[in-house]
Amino acid sequence: MLSKRVSGPALGFVGILLFLLAWEAAPRLGLVQERFLPPASKVLAALVDYFGQAAFWRDTGETMLAWGIGLAVSIIAAVILGLVIGSSSFLGKATYTTIEFLRPIPSVALIPLAVLLLGVKIESSLLLVIYASFWQVLLQVLYGVADVDPVADNTARSYGLGPLARARYVVWPTVLPYLITGIRLASAVALILAITAELVIGSPGLGYQIALTQSGGAVPEMYALIVATGIIGILINLGMRLLERRVLAWHSSIRSEVVA
Amino acid sequence: MSILKRTGYFVGLPLLLVIAWWALTLGPTNFYVPTPQKLAETFWKVWTGERFFTDFLPSIARLLIGLVVTIVLGIVLGVLIGSYRWLRSLTEPVLEFFRAIPPPVLVPLFMLIIGANDQMRIVVIVSGAIWPVLLNTVEGVRAVDQVLTNTSRTYRIDGFARLRYLVLPAATPQIMTGIRQSLSIGLILMVISEMFGGSSGLGFTIVLFQRGFAIPEMWSGIVVLGLIGIALSLISKAIERRVLRWYHGLKEVQRDS
Amino acid sequence: MTTTPMLSIKKLKKVYQVADGEIEAVRDLTFDVADGELICIVGPSGAGKTTLLKCIAGLLTPTSGTIDLAGSPVVGPPKAMAVVFQEYGRSLFPWMTVRANVELPLKNQGVPKAERDTLVDNALEAVELEHVPKSYPWQLSGGMQQRVAIARAVAYRPKVLLMDEPFAAVDAQTRADLEDLIRNIWHKLGVTILFITHDIDESVYLGQRVIMLSNSPTVVQDDLTIDLPDVRDQLETRSSKRFAELRSHVYEQIQLAKASKPTGAVIAQKTRRPAKARRS
Repeated sequence: MLSKRVSGPALGFVGILLFLLAWEAAPRLGLVQERFLPPASKVLAALVDYFGQAAFWRDTGETMLAWGIGLAVSIIAAVILGLVIGSSSFLGKATYTTIEFLRPIPSVALIPLAVLLLGVKIESSLLLVIYASFWQVLLQVLYGVADVDPVADNTARSYGLGPLARARYVVWPTVLPYLITGIRLASAVALILAITAELVIGSPGLGYQIALTQSGGAVPEMYALIVATGIIGILINLGMRLLERRVLAWHSSIRSEVVA
Repeated sequence: MSILKRTGYFVGLPLLLVIAWWALTLGPTNFYVPTPQKLAETFWKVWTGERFFTDFLPSIARLLIGLVVTIVLGIVLGVLIGSYRWLRSLTEPVLEFFRAIPPPVLVPLFMLIIGANDQMRIVVIVSGAIWPVLLNTVEGVRAVDQVLTNTSRTYRIDGFARLRYLVLPAATPQIMTGIRQSLSIGLILMVISEMFGGSSGLGFTIVLFQRGFAIPEMWSGIVVLGLIGIALSLISKAIERRVLRWYHGLKEVQRDS
Repeated sequence: MTTTPMLSIKKLKKVYQVADGEIEAVRDLTFDVADGELICIVGPSGAGKTTLLKCIAGLLTPTSGTIDLAGSPVVGPPKAMAVVFQEYGRSLFPWMTVRANVELPLKNQGVPKAERDTLVDNALEAVELEHVPKSYPWQLSGGMQQRVAIARAVAYRPKVLLMDEPFAAVDAQTRADLEDLIRNIWHKLGVTILFITHDIDESVYLGQRVIMLSNSPTVVQDDLTIDLPDVRDQLETRSSKRFAELRSHVYEQIQLAKASKPTGAVIAQKTRRPAKARRS
């Protein structure tokens, strides 16, 4: 099997090249119409063009603002609520059905509500981002609290550690890996919702620009913006993995199996 | 726990919330929030009438078709890519990039290429929902137990039989995880594709109501979407429980040992 | 004797390529196994026992040397061979019942249903598991799971049965029962058995012959014929004088094998690379 000798990353690189080549060749050879799929070079040129425009960075900033603020708010709310609910068996049982009921509701259902209440502004994006990200983090925090070792907790109690001390030494280290997973999932969801809000509602940001380029027939530009969102998605993903590695390497001695 | 207590926990908080909602809307008609009775009335009027056929069913149909295509395509491609290491290495960076693109972004794209019709909506659903299925299938196929694989080889279980008796069952838990995620993504994309460039369907209707300030109707639409989301979640849980009975049993035994 | 041996291994050599060079796991293994023989292979840890087994089973390609099964060279897993692995928990299909597990290789071969049912019933009876056909493997104890794996091999009607330290992960009590089970099956079916173990007592108790392997890079250190009576008993046989003598012989040889330092990099071939981390 000669494939054993060719290394993984090298093949990956080849894959990227093949893809770009196909993308360049297809419209030029007439396999697809150029007005539907411009060649890669045109799209990349448009993208580079955008990099030099202040408006592009402003739009990107708007999107990232909605993403960032929404994510932060949802994390804080979810951690607080999650720790409170998780640490009380009564609250856990009482809220179970409500959570299971509200959780599967698609955040896009709130779009008309957001428009009605908040208009075509960044606040609408925030509503959607917060709603969707909140559940991701909350669920993981609840899993984390449920995973706390009762033996460790009882031992801490018997040594006279109060609730705050226990939260710090027993609960928090167990919850942390789950929280990181939740943040990673939520960060991807937050981006999707931010862009969705901009796309459908028209609040400022990259999503709105994409809608504009599409209706205006600026096809290479539209593709360029799509590629830009993909790049943002990858950067967020990489950032999260880095965060995960740093925080959890520190905790690897205490951590148990993480829910994927 | 007694039946009474369990029922109490089950309906307690939701009931409290509904009562609070009713209390808050007791005064003069609130513009933004209808009373519970009004909502119930409107819900019935809107969704059991003509709209059931012109909007509700078509949306569900699109969603289901999209999900079926997603699952089949995702599993087939996933098995293919997961079975050959060189193929995985070759396609991994490109797939990672496509998966990182927020799916809603592709709605304008497909609308441009395919037009504002049902095929476009189904393609949109597939383009976003396929990733969890595909990637989880690849992972599930890749991670089949080595001893089991060797055993199959010694008994000369190859080719299609190998797929049927070894690879697919072994990867099923992982695939189910992917399918579960793809259900919610599919629903979201269905709604977005109708909101953005639609002429019928749930998403389109809700936006229509909102633009026409038909507030109770709008809320009723939101409730419908919520119910669909819940229904999908329940169905997938039920299917998982059945299909993965052996897996749950196995995990329980491993946990105790 | 001019009858073709059931298994003929000549100058088997296996060299592994690793990141920083090569590891010669097996240097030269040469021995024959006659039809219907029950031979045991012992050796110190890391002596390439699993490598040897995998080569014979057709799971690994040797670097050089030949392996012949009933006269024909082994290229890939041969039809007339069945393997029982040590990790019983991982060699049975957890999504299938006991019966379905035992039946699978036959179903795969296209054996008609009626014949299949008879073979499976007989096999389950032979390992005394006819009362749990509908159970799942993970519902059974370790010893019972290994019995299922053995039943599966028996139902398959192989000419050669390879067993890779099958009782190493099982408690002593169960191990004794399983050892006797193997000898019973062997007597009943007349199948050729290659039994790999690190347990010296077990090798002498079970085998007609014991082959002792050296340390890595492995060669055959010694080949001892066990002249114990054909009918063996855990209590009587193991306390007999001849057993003690044979056992000492094997023990000494293994000590010698362990003492001779392995040349080249020593890595237990059983070490596997850690699995890549899962991603969501």
